[in-house]
Amino acid sequence: MQLDQLYQEIILDHYKRPQGRGLREPFAADVHHVNPTCGDEITLRVALDGETISDISYDGQGCSISQASASVLYELCNGRTVDGALTVHAAFVELMGGKGQIEPDEEVLGDAVAFAGVAKYPARVKCALLSWMALKDAVAQAVALEKEEV
Amino acid sequence: MTALTIPAGMPQYDDKPRFDVERVRADFPILGREVNGHPLVYLDSGNTSQKPRQVIDAVARYYAEHNANVARSVHTLGTESTEAYEGARAKVAAFIGAPSVDEVVFTKNATEALNLVAHAFGPHAQDPRFRLGPGDEIVISEMEHHSNIVPWQLLCERTGATLRWFGLTESGRLDETNLDELVNERTKIVSIVHMSNVLGTVNATARITARVREVGALLMLDCSQSVPHLPMDVVDYDADFIAFTGHKMLGPTGIGVLWGRLELLNTMPPFLGGGSMIETVKMTGSTFAPAPARFEAGTPPIAQAVGLGAAIDYLNAVGMDAVAWHDKELTAYALDALDTVPGLRIYGPKVPVGRGATISFTLDGIHPHDVGQVLDSLGVQVRVGHHCAKPICDRFAVPALTRASFYLYTTTDEVDALVRGLDQVRKVFA
Repeated sequence: MQLDQLYQEIILDHYKRPQGRGLREPFAADVHHVNPTCGDEITLRVALDGETISDISYDGQGCSISQASASVLYELCNGRTVDGALTVHAAFVELMGGKGQIEPDEEVLGDAVAFAGVAKYPARVKCALLSWMALKDAVAQAVALEKEEV
Repeated sequence: MTALTIPAGMPQYDDKPRFDVERVRADFPILGREVNGHPLVYLDSGNTSQKPRQVIDAVARYYAEHNANVARSVHTLGTESTEAYEGARAKVAAFIGAPSVDEVVFTKNATEALNLVAHAFGPHAQDPRFRLGPGDEIVISEMEHHSNIVPWQLLCERTGATLRWFGLTESGRLDETNLDELVNERTKIVSIVHMSNVLGTVNATARITARVREVGALLMLDCSQSVPHLPMDVVDYDADFIAFTGHKMLGPTGIGVLWGRLELLNTMPPFLGGGSMIETVKMTGSTFAPAPARFEAGTPPIAQAVGLGAAIDYLNAVGMDAVAWHDKELTAYALDALDTVPGLRIYGPKVPVGRGATISFTLDGIHPHDVGQVLDSLGVQVRVGHHCAKPICDRFAVPALTRASFYLYTTTDEVDALVRGLDQVRKVFA
């Protein structure tokens, strides 16, 4: 297997210069997810403004794949509507589950297409998905809270 | 390094038992394969060891020629299987210096052996040494594998007993400064690792054993990493229980060993109930067989025991003194070699004394997963993560570590391949 398929330039760029990193206020939900097999962890917060995700802030520690993935997630989902973000989420999860056989849609996934190579490394798929699972969890909690308040 | 001259009449380096590593390697079929276009460099023996042809053949021959269930058949195959299984038990007993073959209990792994002993403790235990409740204490250490932490935590939750532990020094050794306070009249058992699976530290147990005897507690050693690498004599160590596993010592997976003093084993309650472990069963109640059968409910891992017996034959033929010395020389070489890698920090003893052939490290600013992935692309197999010993990572404030662990088939060339690989890692993430 070719290592540069896994460590694409885009991934290394996001790893070295993460976008949107750091925990910010205000937020509607705050979640902490860990990968028990390797100890990677992420804390992720979302703030909602009506239907729009007005901020995604995060902090964590882990390998280049997990940290770059969080940075790409921020770029793709921050400022989108909840539905829009969940569409990207679904596309990313599908790509990661595709064992490298799925042709990613760059329109939807943007820089996240660089993770296509990760799907060929089963041991690393969970690293890539860590922040995305945290996002889904946080969004669900934030939306539920908003409904309670209405 | 300056060559030291050892005075005549003293033991010389050349007197040390040695073996031909290349000849040993020829016995391990897997060492001939390639990984990602490179010759396999297997540096994950602390995780599981590779298997020599002799072990693979012994398991295959058992299935091809003798297979039957044990301890219940009058037919020829059943008798042969029982002899093979009990023969393996005798080999294990001799290998660790057990006074009686009946002190060797086969389990599925070291984890089961540790759980079995933890399970013997409780508020209603017949023998007061196993009676445990609020106010009683159990002592472990911060360098334990999760398998020697979680069973004791669960036991303390069940009984209200208190779990306490030895801390670690900065150089990765047990901090025994508070030994007399930590191990006291309330202590029921001290269960500590003999050789750390992360730091490589080999714990000197003598002072702890003396204190355990003084307060009348029991002593268990987790020997998962030490029995494969060092000569072991349970009488010498004066332990009450030791646990280890077959697959880390050239044997198959699915077979582990609990050794315990017979007198203790025979006062302990059964662990799993079922066939083979009973004396008699009535609908109104059952009585149980003495050890080891009491703890071996159901059909045991027969072929795996046979494989473990073959592994012990193999290790005995090489000689455990020679294995230990090989480990020591290789570790000394690797510690020096890794010291040349910029940004590399070793966790655990940095001298090849009181430590085994397992070295964990970090590379500045590069996550161990990424280190492991790049090394794998070069055929070098190392373990990355928290190594089922998360408290060690917490102690040294690192999220994860990269670990290289060696065995009798590991060469200095492979250590060089690791060091070259680490240069490559640094280039990718520069």
